[in-house]
Amino acid sequence: MHFELSEAHKISQRMFRDFALNEIKPLAAIIDEEERFPTENLPKLARYGFLGIPFPKDIGGQGADNLCYAIAVEELSKVCAATGVIVSAHTSLCASPIYDFGTTKQKEKYLIPLVQGDKLGAFGLTEPNAGTDAAAQQTLAEKKEDHYLLNGSKIFITNAGPADIYVVMAMTDKTVGTRGISAFIVEKGMPGFTIGKAEKKLGIRGSATCELIFENVKLPIENLLGQEGKGFSIAMKTLDGGRIGIASQALGIAQGAMDETIKYTKERRQFGKSISSFQNTQFQLADMQTKIDAARWLVYHAAWLKDQKKPFSKEAAQAKLFSSETAMEITTKAVQYFGGYGYTREYPVERMMRDAKITEIYEGTSEVQRMVIAASILK
Amino acid sequence: MNIIVCIKQVPDTTEVKIDPKTGTLIREGIPVIINPDDKAGIEAAIALKEIYGGQVTVLSMGPPQAESALKEAYAMGADKVFLLTDRAFAGSDTYATSLALAYAIKSDKLKISKNEIKESQICFDLIICGRQAIDGDTAQVGPQIAEHLGLPQISYVTEIEKQDKYLIVKKVFEDEYQKIRIKMPCLLTVLKEMNQPRYMTISRIFDICQKPNIESHKINTVETISIKDIGLEPERTGLNASPTKVKKTMTKGAKSAGKVHECDARESAKLIVDKLKEKFII
Repeated sequence: MHFELSEAHKISQRMFRDFALNEIKPLAAIIDEEERFPTENLPKLARYGFLGIPFPKDIGGQGADNLCYAIAVEELSKVCAATGVIVSAHTSLCASPIYDFGTTKQKEKYLIPLVQGDKLGAFGLTEPNAGTDAAAQQTLAEKKEDHYLLNGSKIFITNAGPADIYVVMAMTDKTVGTRGISAFIVEKGMPGFTIGKAEKKLGIRGSATCELIFENVKLPIENLLGQEGKGFSIAMKTLDGGRIGIASQALGIAQGAMDETIKYTKERRQFGKSISSFQNTQFQLADMQTKIDAARWLVYHAAWLKDQKKPFSKEAAQAKLFSSETAMEITTKAVQYFGGYGYTREYPVERMMRDAKITEIYEGTSEVQRMVIAASILK
Repeated sequence: MNIIVCIKQVPDTTEVKIDPKTGTLIREGIPVIINPDDKAGIEAAIALKEIYGGQVTVLSMGPPQAESALKEAYAMGADKVFLLTDRAFAGSDTYATSLALAYAIKSDKLKISKNEIKESQICFDLIICGRQAIDGDTAQVGPQIAEHLGLPQISYVTEIEKQDKYLIVKKVFEDEYQKIRIKMPCLLTVLKEMNQPRYMTISRIFDICQKPNIESHKINTVETISIKDIGLEPERTGLNASPTKVKKTMTKGAKSAGKVHECDARESAKLIVDKLKEKFII
């Protein structure tokens, strides 16, 4: 058993921290306030490799691994959860399925620009009537002679709008349930494909969340990802990996709020002494950091399992469940420690509390994670 | 344009604590970093290479742990990284250090092309050193290397531009600066204010940290060189060959934290007088 990060991971972690602090943090409150996507961050993220971390060098990736990717999302999310999810959705939900299931041609055309950071990716599964019940897909892809005709819509799609490449699930055969779902690669600008309304959200307000609308989009046959009818299993496998990304985001939010709280409780004086010198504060801070550290090991372990090519589905679900609930608890307590100041936008903890909530909902709600875990331990 | 940058790994003095009993640095648990002026030197070298081509070599003399600083230099974009390490160097002052670095710079180990360069001639057009290290603050090693090698030098540089065989550099003083033309090969010492060093890239971090094995045909490693490799006699370096010795270190008495007041001249004067009176100074 070996509990230390490798030298490469340690150096990367240091780089991520510097980068997040100097390049990402200054914008975090602004993009939240203005509800705008931080387009100016993309070239920087691309230049230093954030958009292709766990992919091999021969396809333009960084030649690092999933653990390194988890650490990157964690460090970004400590200061800006919106930037964390931009990287996570791009990497886990778009580049990963193309890497895992794409043909050589698809990889050349779509994956290389994605992992090099020239293009941004997104993933479309959720529909108005197909959330946790993802099998209830209504988007249709009818097979014609030399193309598929795509009709329908998707909602709550992260990175929609700024993204150039979309992995989209659609029904190719309505009669066979989940076995009738197929995965496709859709490009921005294809005739008939438009971006619908942008959601106004409680948190991660710098992240783009929009509808995708498909009206008679002619998809070339070669844009089918994997085999016809295998879309549901591609989506489930993709979400397994995505959970590591969101668990890392939640972990980062929790640690970011914790760091702010430690600093504040040392500075804030009441009754003639710092509030960190009260034993109740100390006991609570100890509990908070202990939970975050437990979350970190769950996340790193799930990422490590994926790197070892071992089953990680249950562990990723556990990591996401525990990290997201920890993030919600820690950020709520952080706001409490900041008192009236914490409730204002003068301090970052209220933003972190709003950002934390989504981690219990997207890429599988906490209830879905419990279903996955229970299914695994009861089988 | 072939450039060599000399760097030092230092404790991050923003987080350093001093043992009040012994007066020495507590190094345990203190993060180590590339000395900030030296890091600016690496950035300057890589930026010059991007414009004029050539190769960037980074050299550090230090204990085996200093390897991690060189890995960072590689991850920023240096082509080759060398660690000059040997027990014989232990206790070297600036003179002994600069002599060893000068020998390393002209050694065969660092030659870029073994054929082109005549013996005892250095193969670098430019040697860059940081102005000074934040743990010693002497600012001596750079200039001394130039003296040992018989090269022209300019210290306190914040801009470098190439014109044929010359460099046009900006040297800063407290209240003015000079633009100076200098013929290559030469040595410059640079200030951290000159640029914003780039971050390391993830791929280069994993590239240099990966363990070499036969299958990967890995060629990028920190190359370690010893005193034998540079042809320096052991008696000319280390503690015994160092003309300066640290006799005692001490800490300044603790000062209470300052407070910033923002007010106009009249108010400021009153505030200062009041404070001085309060402390019975006037």
